[in-house]
Amino acid sequence: MEIIEHYGLILLVLAVAFGFFMAWGVGANDVANAMGTSVGAGALTIKQAVIIAAVFEFAGAYLAGGQVTSTIRKSIIDPVIFTDSPELLVYGMIAALLAAGIWLLIASLNGWPVSTTHSIVGSIVGFAAVGIGFDAVSWGRVGTIVMSWVTSPLCAGILAFILFRSVQVLILDKEDPFERAKKYIPYYMFLVGFVMAMVTFLKGLAHVGLELTFLDATAYSVGVGIIVVFIGMVLLRNIKVDKNADRDFHYASVEKVFAVLMIFTACGMAFAHGSNDVANAIGPLAAVNSVISSGGTVGSEAAIPVWILALGGGGIALGLIMYGHKVIATIGKGITHLTPSRGFAAELAAGTTVVLASGTGMPISTTHTLVGAVLGVGFARGIAAINLRVIRTIFISWVITLPAGAILAIIIFYILKAVFG
Amino acid sequence: MANPIFSLFASSPFHPLQEHMGKVLSCTSTLETFFIAIFDNDWEKAALAHREINKLEEEADDLKREIRQKLPEGLFMPVPRTDLVDLIGRQDRIANKVKDIAGLMIGRKMDFPASMQESMVKYVKCTIGVCEKANQVIQELDELLETGFRGQEVRKVETLIFELDDLEDEADKLEREVRLELYELEDGINPVNVMFLYKIIDWVGEIANRAQSVGHRLHLMLAR
Repeated sequence: MEIIEHYGLILLVLAVAFGFFMAWGVGANDVANAMGTSVGAGALTIKQAVIIAAVFEFAGAYLAGGQVTSTIRKSIIDPVIFTDSPELLVYGMIAALLAAGIWLLIASLNGWPVSTTHSIVGSIVGFAAVGIGFDAVSWGRVGTIVMSWVTSPLCAGILAFILFRSVQVLILDKEDPFERAKKYIPYYMFLVGFVMAMVTFLKGLAHVGLELTFLDATAYSVGVGIIVVFIGMVLLRNIKVDKNADRDFHYASVEKVFAVLMIFTACGMAFAHGSNDVANAIGPLAAVNSVISSGGTVGSEAAIPVWILALGGGGIALGLIMYGHKVIATIGKGITHLTPSRGFAAELAAGTTVVLASGTGMPISTTHTLVGAVLGVGFARGIAAINLRVIRTIFISWVITLPAGAILAIIIFYILKAVFG
Repeated sequence: MANPIFSLFASSPFHPLQEHMGKVLSCTSTLETFFIAIFDNDWEKAALAHREINKLEEEADDLKREIRQKLPEGLFMPVPRTDLVDLIGRQDRIANKVKDIAGLMIGRKMDFPASMQESMVKYVKCTIGVCEKANQVIQELDELLETGFRGQEVRKVETLIFELDDLEDEADKLEREVRLELYELEDGINPVNVMFLYKIIDWVGEIANRAQSVGHRLHLMLAR
């Protein structure tokens, strides 16, 4: 206990610094995946994408980031094990943060596609299993998390397939696709607003002191959906048929309608991303904070302090403002084949899946979920050419990232233990 | 940074396929200038058209190679890779035949009997028309991609393919007429020349056939 009393502040400052840096990294790198699709489809300019991302990533992190953060904080490892030596939990969580951060840095310098989520989960499991003991890890929980890494791209893929097929049946395969697009797209807008609001109202707002019943949440979410539709209708009013553009490509005007929809799905995607990925940065920080602020008590059930969520959201926003535009630009240029009618389906499917995972506290990879969604659109014959080798790359990144994060975390854990005693 | 989303999208073969067909059509269309120049006895102009045909055929060849390189195994596309490779091959063979015709006629300084020239130009023009219609079909590829090879757009392309068939029938009819004209004149012409004149008539018909087969190949792709 005296270690916590002596070095508590230093350790907390360390955790805050590393957590903030990690959030910054999430903002700088991962956000591009949420926004790159919209920029690539021509629905948003880079500047607009950065502003939208900053606002909605923060909102997602702050309003709906609590569940996943609490998973990272206390569900992967069994807190009971640490009751007698809470300092080990503190070292371990700081080690995990630092390890994941270093691994991500190494990976992005070498151009390896790795997931923040996998890095942090690998790191936490690593330090706990080796540094503390095999039983320190809640293997059952880790199992469900790993399962969710498989099911989330799958779920997003199926959703994207259904969404895109519905677009084909309702709009694209008909004789008057432009009129039909204008008629049906508000429904999709409603879906974006409703899903994001529903998860937030049901799962997210406890820490703000707002607990709603299912019925209330549904009613409020319908309200949010209607507001979104209203805003969308105003934007849609200005979209007119462009005869010149249609001569070369008959669906140019239709795509312009979808581009409006994609502004909304981009917001949803940013919100979803913030709600899930913020935990990678602040989950360990929340764990450290709960031990230190309670003077060494492990496993307190107190809700995650609001300042930690705000710190995570702020870090993400800062990262993407400082650096994100570059990554968004690169990705946007690379994926011009993704037109708004497909991009929206992929984003809405991925965003819905991610935000549902956030609601159930599953730390998943937004990037992999989006890849699954794009494949889903591809299966509906929606995309010109998809490089299937990417799937192999993703599996390789799994196999490497989990042990890499774990080994780094173990090393740092022992160093911290040696330094602080 | 090697981003999975970034590397997920391979470059689309559909636009290049359309570009290739456009090139093939330009090459085929030059045949009209070529035949008229020869019938006007303007061999300089004919040589110029011949060079133009060779140039366009080569450019089409380069495009074809480029497209094939862009179609490695492991790509997931709305239509099978083999279908696209086959389609581009069919498109390319139109230009090859055009090149053969121009090459043979220039090489042997061939001319058609004066009385046949008018119907021959008509026949060549009709063949070019078949090629134009095939191009029109291919130019719908990006729209087909947009609709996921389904629905209204498929019916539109099918209509174009039926029009293509009608035009090819027309070219067939003209071919028979030209043959008949040559048959009635053949006693007065050097037998070797007659043989080659039949060959040219045959090859022009082959262009129309190949253009039609491009449309049919696409139709087959839509039918799955």
